[in-house]
Amino acid sequence: MPAAATASGDIGSPALNITIFIVFVVITLAIVLRASRNNRTAADYYAGGRAFTGRQNGIAIAGDYLSAASFLGIAGAIATVGYDGFMYSIGFLVAWLVALLLVAELLRNTGRFTMADVLSFRLRQGPVRTAAAISTLAVSFFYLLAQMAGAGGLVNLLLGVDGSAGQNLTIAVVGILMIVYVLVGGMKGTTWVQIIKAVLLIIGAALMTVWVLGKAGLNFSALLGDAAAASPAGTALLEPGLRYGLTDTTKLDFISLGLALVLGTAGLPHVLMRFYTVPNAKEARRSVVWAIWLIGIFYLFTLVLGFGAAWLVGPEKIMAAPGKANSAAPLLAFELGGTLLLGVIAAVAFATILAVVAGLTITASASFAHDIYANVIKKGAVRADDEVRVARITAVVIGAVAIVGGIFAKDQNVAFLVALAFAVAASANLPTILYSLFWKRFNTRGALWSIYGGLTSAIVLIIFSPVVSGKIDAKTGASLSMITDTGIDFHWFPLDNPGIVSIPIGFLLGYLGTITSKEVGSAEKYAEMEVRSLTGAGAEKAVEH
Amino acid sequence: MSDDQPDRPLGGTGYQEVQASDEFQELRTRFRRFVFPLTGVFLAWYFLYVALSAYAPDFMSTEVIGRVNIGLIIGLLQFVSTFTITMAYARWADREFDPTADRLRAHIEDGETE
Repeated sequence: MPAAATASGDIGSPALNITIFIVFVVITLAIVLRASRNNRTAADYYAGGRAFTGRQNGIAIAGDYLSAASFLGIAGAIATVGYDGFMYSIGFLVAWLVALLLVAELLRNTGRFTMADVLSFRLRQGPVRTAAAISTLAVSFFYLLAQMAGAGGLVNLLLGVDGSAGQNLTIAVVGILMIVYVLVGGMKGTTWVQIIKAVLLIIGAALMTVWVLGKAGLNFSALLGDAAAASPAGTALLEPGLRYGLTDTTKLDFISLGLALVLGTAGLPHVLMRFYTVPNAKEARRSVVWAIWLIGIFYLFTLVLGFGAAWLVGPEKIMAAPGKANSAAPLLAFELGGTLLLGVIAAVAFATILAVVAGLTITASASFAHDIYANVIKKGAVRADDEVRVARITAVVIGAVAIVGGIFAKDQNVAFLVALAFAVAASANLPTILYSLFWKRFNTRGALWSIYGGLTSAIVLIIFSPVVSGKIDAKTGASLSMITDTGIDFHWFPLDNPGIVSIPIGFLLGYLGTITSKEVGSAEKYAEMEVRSLTGAGAEKAVEH
Repeated sequence: MSDDQPDRPLGGTGYQEVQASDEFQELRTRFRRFVFPLTGVFLAWYFLYVALSAYAPDFMSTEVIGRVNIGLIIGLLQFVSTFTITMAYARWADREFDPTADRLRAHIEDGETE
């Protein structure tokens, strides 16, 4: 066992990790600067001039989706709870079929920059756009905060930065870099960062996968056996139930999570916005096909990496490391390739956070500038460069809020925020998107009830769930909630994930709102939307440079 | 969609004509007949897997090939089915859907703007 790995907080060489990360930042900044030379119009800033190919955008989508939560989180979950961790990755993958079959192409054909473009297409602009923008901002903010807080924990592990001041500094550096990428590069620059990061991540994971399989004699069954032997759980590591099989409540919780994962992806605003960066629906389709292959193959890698980490590092050592389960992949990298491989994986993990927060920021700023400022406040009477100026200012504000929020949240257990983002996306966004694309009768009240109802129920249920208060580790008596004071317990909703309740509420309210409203939708607008969504007539073209 | 877009190819009624046309109605029906049942199938297949994992752990823990158990195999089959559906849809859309959609689109955009 390498001596360096036993000291808590610093494995490998922090100097090397930081150097590799700086190299990544310098290279991507150069590319972003180059890409930004053609940033002139709103379509350039929001949608990269719609000039990316399906393959490029597919790689960028994979980059966006394989956030630190899914790269480090899933590998760690498989290492510690085995089979139940694997189930996560399946939900994350299958979800893409909803995007492929029902959403991507139709959205590309009808909208310009944001989710609200589609939702408000044939409904009343003001209220629907406002609601869609609020939901977009909420989802982006939850996701952003989770990523920023995660950055704090990672720093401790990977860069050997201990202490509050050092972590705060790192969060601030991540935030400032992100603002620079977004301001300078717009969607084009951000997309290139995603592409580079996704390629590095997938190559790194592939390398480690082959290495682990090689060590296991290319025998997957032997790898499983070795992992089970190294785990305190034994064979249970390979069987369902280690995390979710304890009680009927935890089983229901898993189904609730599965529902949110599968239905949430196609409602994530930063994923939806990526479909506008390609010239047409056919390329949007191609990009999802590429994304599904890359994400699927990557999750197959994490299956090997997770069990490999259980075998070669051991769940006890993983849970003792700073960052707990999140440290499984980095520790495995160190075990396999020493400081150099750890440095590469650490840099990729940071690049991941950087790229994902940049994507979220551009989505949130586009939503505010395009939906709220240009279309609601100015009623569409606004010059494009004025709108982009507002988007840039918003990006700075969001970046600042993310830095402050990340600093406050870094010691909190905020992993649930990602689950919350998926739950809100599935409860508030997806029902409205599907109704508006496929249900003729759907009207403004239905959209508002569905968005606000889905959003509110998901947030309220989370606040009164065990993830915020009252969850206690049966063995140690320590709190597992966000509020760590075990004396405070106001939870009454039994599940960690609200999806199983809030998603049906979102769909039901959309239906009830529609049928109780006397508003008769414009048949003309419906015809236009339906014809355009399926044929691509009148869809936004790529920008010529 | 903002209303000030100047290069809208058709007025509302033009789109209604297209919408009412047999060719468009058939395209719409074919699209829905393809994607809706497929969506139902993959969602049912996924929730079957989740439900079996939650409520039939003993069955899922049955080892089949070495240490590989039924749960892991069904889990890996979820990957296979996802890849298969993806390629089947892409192939169908490229061959069956796009030609009609492109024809209608060309008809709308060329026929009305100039």
